[in-house]
Amino acid sequence: MPLYHDEDQAMLADTASSFMAEEGNIQKQLRHWRDRDCKDGFGHGLWKQMAELGFTGILVEEDQGGLGMGYVEAGIVLEEIGRNLTPSPFLTSSVLAATALSHGSHDMKARYLPGLVAGDSVFAVAVDETAKHRPERITTRAEKSGNGFLLTGSKSFVVYGGSADMIVVAARTSGSDNEAEGITLFAVPKDAKGMSHDAVRLVDSSMATYTKFDGVELDGDAVIGEVDGGREVLDAMLRAGRIGAAAEGVGVARGAMDRTVDYLKQRKQFGKLIGEFQALQHRAAHLYSEVEIARAVTIKTQQLLDAGAESADMMTSVAKAKVAKTARLAVQEGVQMHGGIGMTDEYDIGLFMKRDRALAEFLGDSYYHANRVAEMSGY
Amino acid sequence: MSDLEQFRMETRKWLEANCPAEMREPVRDEEDVYWGGRNASFKNDAQKAWFEACVEKGYTVPAWPKEYGGAGLSAPEAKVLREEMARIDARPPLSSFGIWMLGPALLHFGTEGQKQRFLNEIAHGEIRWCQGYSEPGSGSDLVSLQTYGEDKGDHWVVNGQKVWTSYADQADWIFCLVRTDKANKYQGITFMLIDMATKGVSTKPIKLISGNSPFCETFLEDVAVPKSYGEDIPAQVGEVNRGWDVAKYLLGHEREMISGAGGGDRTAAIGAAMKRHAAKTGDDLDPVLRAELAMFDVDALAYSAMGEKFLDEAKAGRAHPAQPNMMKYAGTELNKRRHELMMAAGGSRSLEWESEDTGGGKPARSWLRTKANSIEGGTSEVMLNVVSKRILELPGG
Repeated sequence: MPLYHDEDQAMLADTASSFMAEEGNIQKQLRHWRDRDCKDGFGHGLWKQMAELGFTGILVEEDQGGLGMGYVEAGIVLEEIGRNLTPSPFLTSSVLAATALSHGSHDMKARYLPGLVAGDSVFAVAVDETAKHRPERITTRAEKSGNGFLLTGSKSFVVYGGSADMIVVAARTSGSDNEAEGITLFAVPKDAKGMSHDAVRLVDSSMATYTKFDGVELDGDAVIGEVDGGREVLDAMLRAGRIGAAAEGVGVARGAMDRTVDYLKQRKQFGKLIGEFQALQHRAAHLYSEVEIARAVTIKTQQLLDAGAESADMMTSVAKAKVAKTARLAVQEGVQMHGGIGMTDEYDIGLFMKRDRALAEFLGDSYYHANRVAEMSGY
Repeated sequence: MSDLEQFRMETRKWLEANCPAEMREPVRDEEDVYWGGRNASFKNDAQKAWFEACVEKGYTVPAWPKEYGGAGLSAPEAKVLREEMARIDARPPLSSFGIWMLGPALLHFGTEGQKQRFLNEIAHGEIRWCQGYSEPGSGSDLVSLQTYGEDKGDHWVVNGQKVWTSYADQADWIFCLVRTDKANKYQGITFMLIDMATKGVSTKPIKLISGNSPFCETFLEDVAVPKSYGEDIPAQVGEVNRGWDVAKYLLGHEREMISGAGGGDRTAAIGAAMKRHAAKTGDDLDPVLRAELAMFDVDALAYSAMGEKFLDEAKAGRAHPAQPNMMKYAGTELNKRRHELMMAAGGSRSLEWESEDTGGGKPARSWLRTKANSIEGGTSEVMLNVVSKRILELPGG
């Protein structure tokens, strides 16, 4: 498969691009909800509109009412979300949770997927327990109890956890904290007794929760996949989320770069457009190179994941690390080249810096993923 | 079976029968490369047999038309041949600036007479070319070149000095840029073909910081260049005074080649190899060095995806024409970083200049050699200028 979008994908990109620019733009969404101190951190109206376009069910199989597409297509939507800094539960619900649910039972799919596809439901995932992403270590426990389980423990950085109708929780059903096996994934509904949320607003205005499970009673049918065999599902879900976050990061980098290059063509200092200065031209051209490379490895990895290739796991970490480095460069150069005005809230460029920080941290930063590349390469 | 699969099977059979075992080894040093030309000699019988078999088949230049010494392969067929040769680690039968640089220019701009004569000579390895672009005062600012050809009716009299002419001391002919109109900066340069046996042409090797060098200075003193080498074989490629068009076209080729857009080992991850290397000498990788290697590997693997994407887009006619400049910039900077890390991982052993263990100081010499990557074929700064002006459309001269 060539490393560019085919005709159908290009059409989807056109749709996503104009929709996000019109309906998902910074003024209408991010600033709007932020300035109203919205407790959800995103607009349900937009989520419904995304459902009407089929975006919400992009990874959901067709017999479940979705579009049955792949990570390339999900990435197309995410890149536009990134370019417009659109606050949306798309990544947590339609990518991470949807990937986990694809391993669920028929009944579970029937219970949750229609709501997702219709844009009525929002999902979250609870994996991390510490401030850094360490899914290798899971201490939250689910003890067998009658026909079901008792869930005890706490999770952090549960993005949109407070608004979620269902949370995918990774818990330990056997073994000790750092063991790979003995993990089970659960679909925990919003009204589960004993679950409590401590909501925090993050630097990018999005919402996350510390979520506590204090002996939450779960039915046996809350299990996604096999008891004790959840690591594989967890890994599949994480890969989906990581390449999704990479695609969104490419969008953030492009959004920041485009604004910065435009600014270089408008702003005058010393009687010249600042874009005429070679010192800035070279930095802009370097940034462009990095963004192109980050885009390339992202689409390459999306295709590998869609094809189920063996190298997809390592390439996912390559892409997440590369994009994190690139988006960081884009937002830093963006604010610096905008000068003083780049530090003001009135200008959008600073919002890109905030989103980059949150997105880079989500599901592992560049250090985590470069380390993973080294380990998988055997050094 | 599709035609292409059929072709693959036939190619495999042909290679099995014609590529000697000694030619199925990675190139180790200069002697393993056959350049052809008037004074060429083969390292051994296997090299000769492999070369002759390929000439007969048209496989020294597989994608060129048959009437010019090629095999007339389609792009997918040429790819199959490349893949099948790579599969058995077959060495290139012939390396030549004629194949890489002059050939593409002649195919695009040459007269029928020039193609008949020169392309065939190149394909058959009968003539070795060097490239005369740079001058002592004209490096990145190539268009400022001063070598001057005075019009004497039936011939030119050329005076000037070229520099960085790779392998000029072993070349038979030189394709070079000569100013033929002093009043016109861009439209006063002619792309000229000069026999180096002509009176007044001399060369001198340049020793580099790596201790050796393929480079030379080339002097042209009152060199009489006939305007024609025979019927329909003018001495210049393209029109007189329009050599800049040819040069620009060729630079695009050169940059793609240097950037390693087609993949190859300059974009490969190196962390695992460096760990094995360190273990052999009883060393561990310092954790900070390991971290830098990991970050490098991320960049290298991502760049390699970029190389693939660039080729896919170029094939489909979707790539921006200035994209090779970006590839060249990113690829050469990456390669320099790669060799810095390899030197660091090698420790004191990689400092050795002449030991047997290091193959005569290969790590150090290669490291030094890479420093030229971001200079030759246009400096990184020039690449960034092109990207900022032509892709980002930033303002100013």
